[in-house]
Parts: sequence; structure tokens; C-alpha cells
Amino acid sequence: MLKYRISSIILIVSAVVILIFIQKTENQESRFSFKFGLDLEGGSHLVYEALTSNLPDGEISGAMSSLREVIERRVNIFGVSEPIVQVERGGVIGGESNRLIVELPGVTDLKEAIRMIGRTPLLEFKLVLEDSNATSSDGFIFEDTGLTGRLLEKSTLGFDNVTGTPLVLLSFNGEGRKLFSEITQKNTGRILAIFLDGEVLSTPVIREEIRDGNAQISGNFKAEEARQLVRDLNFGALPVPIELISTQTIGPSLGEKILDEGVKAGIFGLILVVVFLVLWYRLPGLVASLALVIYGLIMLALFKLIPVTLTAAGIAGFILSMGMAVDANVLIFERMKEELRSGKLLREAINVGFKRAWFSIRDSNITGLLSAVILFWFGTSLIKGFALILGLGILVSMFSALTLTRTFLLSIPSLEKESRILRFLFSSGVSRISEK
Amino acid sequence: MFIIKHYKIFLLISATAVGFSLFSLFYFGLNFGIDFKGGSLLEVRYEEGVPSFEELRVALETNQSEEFNLRASGDKNFLIRSSFLTEEKKADVLEILSLDGRFKPIEERFNSVGPVIGEELKSKAWIAISVTLVATILFIAFAFRTVSLPAGRQANLISSWIYSLVAILALIHDILIPAGLFSFLSFLLGLEVDALFIMALLTILGYSINDTIVIFDRVRENLKSNQETGKRESFEITVGESLDQTFVRSFNTSFTVLLVLLTLFFLGGESIQNFTLVLIAGTIAGAYSSLFLACPALILINNRKAKKT
Repeated sequence: MLKYRISSIILIVSAVVILIFIQKTENQESRFSFKFGLDLEGGSHLVYEALTSNLPDGEISGAMSSLREVIERRVNIFGVSEPIVQVERGGVIGGESNRLIVELPGVTDLKEAIRMIGRTPLLEFKLVLEDSNATSSDGFIFEDTGLTGRLLEKSTLGFDNVTGTPLVLLSFNGEGRKLFSEITQKNTGRILAIFLDGEVLSTPVIREEIRDGNAQISGNFKAEEARQLVRDLNFGALPVPIELISTQTIGPSLGEKILDEGVKAGIFGLILVVVFLVLWYRLPGLVASLALVIYGLIMLALFKLIPVTLTAAGIAGFILSMGMAVDANVLIFERMKEELRSGKLLREAINVGFKRAWFSIRDSNITGLLSAVILFWFGTSLIKGFALILGLGILVSMFSALTLTRTFLLSIPSLEKESRILRFLFSSGVSRISEK
Repeated sequence: MFIIKHYKIFLLISATAVGFSLFSLFYFGLNFGIDFKGGSLLEVRYEEGVPSFEELRVALETNQSEEFNLRASGDKNFLIRSSFLTEEKKADVLEILSLDGRFKPIEERFNSVGPVIGEELKSKAWIAISVTLVATILFIAFAFRTVSLPAGRQANLISSWIYSLVAILALIHDILIPAGLFSFLSFLLGLEVDALFIMALLTILGYSINDTIVIFDRVRENLKSNQETGKRESFEITVGESLDQTFVRSFNTSFTVLLVLLTLFFLGGESIQNFTLVLIAGTIAGAYSSLFLACPALILINNRKAKKT
């Protein structure tokens, strides 16, 4: 008796502490403030496909992670707060595709975003096939050499000694140097075209083998253009070409509206459930409502601690889980009522009710957990949040029903006296539990 | 015992609903949105002065080469669906929507999904649904492996795998009905199947079976206690009593879920309305199937067997 009362007090105090934690951490500086998905915060979500078919299998994952680094650097330079850049392997279903996902909170100017990411130059060196320019100068056929911006060490700006026009100077890294020397040795006299983003930049003729790994591009640049190119090359020539395959932008006002509506629906939903519980189950209903509120607090705190990125669907999932969380309580109360009907005393009925309801609660929650796990696997980032919330909701609701409700019920004063009023408070719906 | 007395009527209602759903699914099909097909969805808002729907439609028709679908959303917003738009093409569309600069469309949302991603999501969705179904079926088979007890012959003509079979039947019933309803609505109102729809179906798969499990659990328990106490009663009565004992719980649980779903539907905003609608349909179908389909089906099977023996 006393034991349960003390536990109840501890539980309620803990709940208040959680509430304070949730409130106090809700500011810009705290690392525990709620994380909102792009659909609530506004921003852009871009999916790029990396065209890795030219790379040997072993090099793909290395190339992808350096691609990620390059793009992350690029995104960071332009000052986006908390961008996400991640590599996603297609896996079994996506074939062998390699994706790069870029999320830019707050950036709703997609054009700017794409420019920011996509303008990173792709530098390639291609040989012109010997007999291809027989007909016209435009009809070149090119042959890949495998030498790309991936093998670049650094790029600097220079000027031609004679004409004073700007030059872009390139120096390759070890692997690039070796490859460059091989190419120039074997193909002396041929044209080695330099491509930038698929466009021919210049078509110099190889005069001799170049061993030091240095090259220059003299593409009739204006000084500003050359400077820009040098900077872009240094910030990262893309190791693999990428193609934009999916975009999503959400304006900030739309996101705000969705969030407001979600919060409103949540509060109303909670109130309706509480009203129903109290009207139907009376005192235990009130206790279950208290447990439900604490359930909500625990969930919110978990969202902050894990952290869970909240999306419109995720918030819907949370609200839905409040409706579902009641289930375990209802199971227990119905069992309790049966035990009371069969003539048991209140305390005994509570204990037996909990014990008997446990198997049903366990079995019925396992299927829910199963589908939450599969949803999590199925999901794109938006769906994952929903699945995580659903799964967490099931686990936390089991805890809240089995621990919170039980402790609170057993700490109700004068449970032993079996007064008429107390028995009335413990009966439910329109039925009455007759006196023993 | 009311349900058990009239079990044939309730079975008939279920069968009719499933029949309609199947008809709708085959006849109207499901209208896959850009999440699955690939394509673009642009939402614009007009702050100062809103052009009429007709004006916009005509402007788009005359200037836009791609096929498109224009829809008003609220007072100030418009949705334009079209095939996959690049960033440049989207800028053109926004230009057209300004009606020669007379209005200022503000881009609220722009989704553009390449066909590859769409195909991928589609196959992922099928796999997710199948895996969930199989996992649930396995679990049910496992959970009810001990239901059939070698007790009084009268009461136990049904072996445990039949419970699983009936539970699975109820499960299929629970997702067919919302899917059928959605396909009918997509025919009527042009609703589109998106990733949220699949999420809703998977949620129903995980949730709607709960009630059935709880009721069968009760049947299992009552059969066991009858065996222990040596009480002889017909299978029909045992099932009927189990149903009576769990009825209030089943109803209340579904009711609280419906309460929150309805608030979500009415207050939760347009973006998740279709999602909530599918969940509402699934919850109702799930509640119905566990009370009025699962147990009556058990009785039906039992009676058939009883006639044979």
C-alpha cells in the first residue's frame, strides 16, 4: 500500500521533470530541441543518382564517400544550417544504383540549391580518335582515358607568358600523375581533349610525355571565369558524375500550417480520449488518462533524445499511437471488471486483471511491432519517422499500461474498505457491479 | 450471443463489402500518384489577387507543352500535376502562372520524382506488404498452435491452423476494404495513391489483427477452462460467450482509435487527410471483422464439419 503510494509520487515527480525538460530544451541553442522534417520546416530534398557504371566495383564505395564529402563541403560553404548529405545504396530492390540524398532545411529556392551542388565541375580528359576528324571539325569521336577530376591534387591560376591570357594549371595526384604520363607517352601527337561538365573546354595536342603530372588548360578564359573554375576545381571536382532524379521543395508557410494543424488535432484527440475514458471507466479511466498523459510526455522526451525527425506523417503516427495506447488499459479494465463480477475484492481484482490481460496485450502488440519494423525498412526518410514513432509508441504504451496504471490504481486510498462509492467508481459503462 | 445467432447475416455483409471492394479494385483500379509513376507536383499560392481557375487553365493549355492537371486547393492555392519537370521547365510554368506578370504565384511546394524512384517505391511497397502479411501469418500460426485441445469431441472439431486461416481471412478483409474504398474514391474524386497510402495499409496490417487475436485468445482460454472443469458445452456457445466477454473491449479500443483518427481527419490538415481516411476505413473494417467475421467464420466451419461427421 505505502509502497505503491511512494512509487506513484516518484512517478508523478518524474513526469513533471520530463515536462520541464521538454519545455526547457525547446529553444534554438539546445541540442535537444525538436527536429522537424523538411515538410514541416520548409526546405529542399534532392536525390542524385551517381553514374558509377564506369568504375570498377571495388572503387565505388570509396568514390561515393568522397562524392559525399565534396558535396557536403560545397553545401557548407554556402551556409545552410544543418544540411544532410548521405549516401544511399540501392540494395536488392534499387538494383546496383548509388544515390546521394541532399536535404537543405530552409532552402526553398531549388534553382539556387541545384546550382550550388551541381555546378561543381566534372573534369574529364578524352582522347580524340585518330581518323575521326576526316569529315568535319565537329565530328570528333572521343575515347575515355579514365583520367578525371577525381585524380586532381590541386588547381591554380596562371597567366600565359606571351599573351598574358589566364590559364588554369592542374596538378595530378600520384595515381593521376602515373596515368597522365602513360597516356601522354602512348599517344604523343594525338589530341587530348579536356571536358568540363561534358563540354569540350580545349583540345591541346600532346607534344611529348609529361611525367610531372602538371597540365594547363588554355581555354580563352576571362580572368574571372578562370578564377571561378580554379576555385570550383579545388573545392572538389566530382569524383563521379551525378544526375538529379528527384526533388522536393516545401515552402516554410505550408510547413508551419501543417505543424499547427497537427498540434491542434493532437490536443483535441487527447481531450476526446480522456473524456471517453473517464465517462466509461470512471476512476480507473481517470488513472488511465493520467498514464496516457505521461505516455505522451515520455514519447515527446524520446523524440528529443533519440532524436526522431518529426514529419507530418510522424505527428499523425504519434496522435494515432495515443488512441492505440489506451488499448492495453481497456483490456486490463475489462478483465478487472470480470473479476469484480465474479466476487473478488478490489485489490485482488486489480492484480488478477493485470495478470490475465498480459498475454492478450503481448500477443496483440507483437503484430504491431512487426509491421512497424517492416515500415521502417520500407521507408524513405519521411516514412521511417512514422514507423519509428509507431514502434516506440507500442513499447512505451505497454510500459505505461503495465507499470503506471497499475501503480496508480493500487495506491488509491481505502481500497480495502470496499465502500459502495469505490465499487461504483470501479465499475464501468452502463453496467453495475452488484454487491457481493 | 446476438452475433452468433445471426452469424450468417454478418458473414454476408462482409462478403458483400469485400465483393464491392474487389469489383472497385479491378474495375476502377488504383490511381497511382507521382510517388509511384514519377512526375511533378507544383503547388502555388497567390497572395495579392487570385486569378480564376479558368484563366489559369487556359493559360496553361495554350502555353504548356506537357500534359498537366490543374486543381484548386483552398482559396489561394493551386496544384499542378504534370510529367517530370526539370528546374527550367518549372520556371516556365511559374512564368505562365503569373499570367503575363499580372499575378504573383508563390511556390509553396514542388515535388519532382524521376520514374526510376517511382518504380523502386512500387516494388518496395509490394515487398513490404507481402513481408508483413507473411510475418503476421507466421506469428498467428505460432500463437494459436495450441488452441485445439484433445478435449470433449464436440467442442474441438477445429484444429489450430483453422484459427490462423480465419485470422488471415480477417486480415485480408481489413486491407481489401480500405483499398477498395480508396479506388472508388480515386475514381470519384481523383485521389491518388502515394507512399502514405502504403503506410496506412501497413499500419492496418499491424493493428487490425489485434482484436481478432484477443478474441481467439479468449476462445482458447475458455476451451481450456472447460476442459479443466469438465464442462461440456457446444462450440457455438463457447465462442459466443468469448465474444460477449471481449465485445466491450474490442469496441472501446477501436472507438478510441477512431476518436483520434476523426480529429486528425477534421483538424489535421489536408496533407494527411487521405492517409487518415484509409486508416479510418481500415479500423472500422478491422473492428467489424474481428467481431462479426472471425467468430462467425469459426462457427460456420465447425458446423460444416459437424454435419460431415
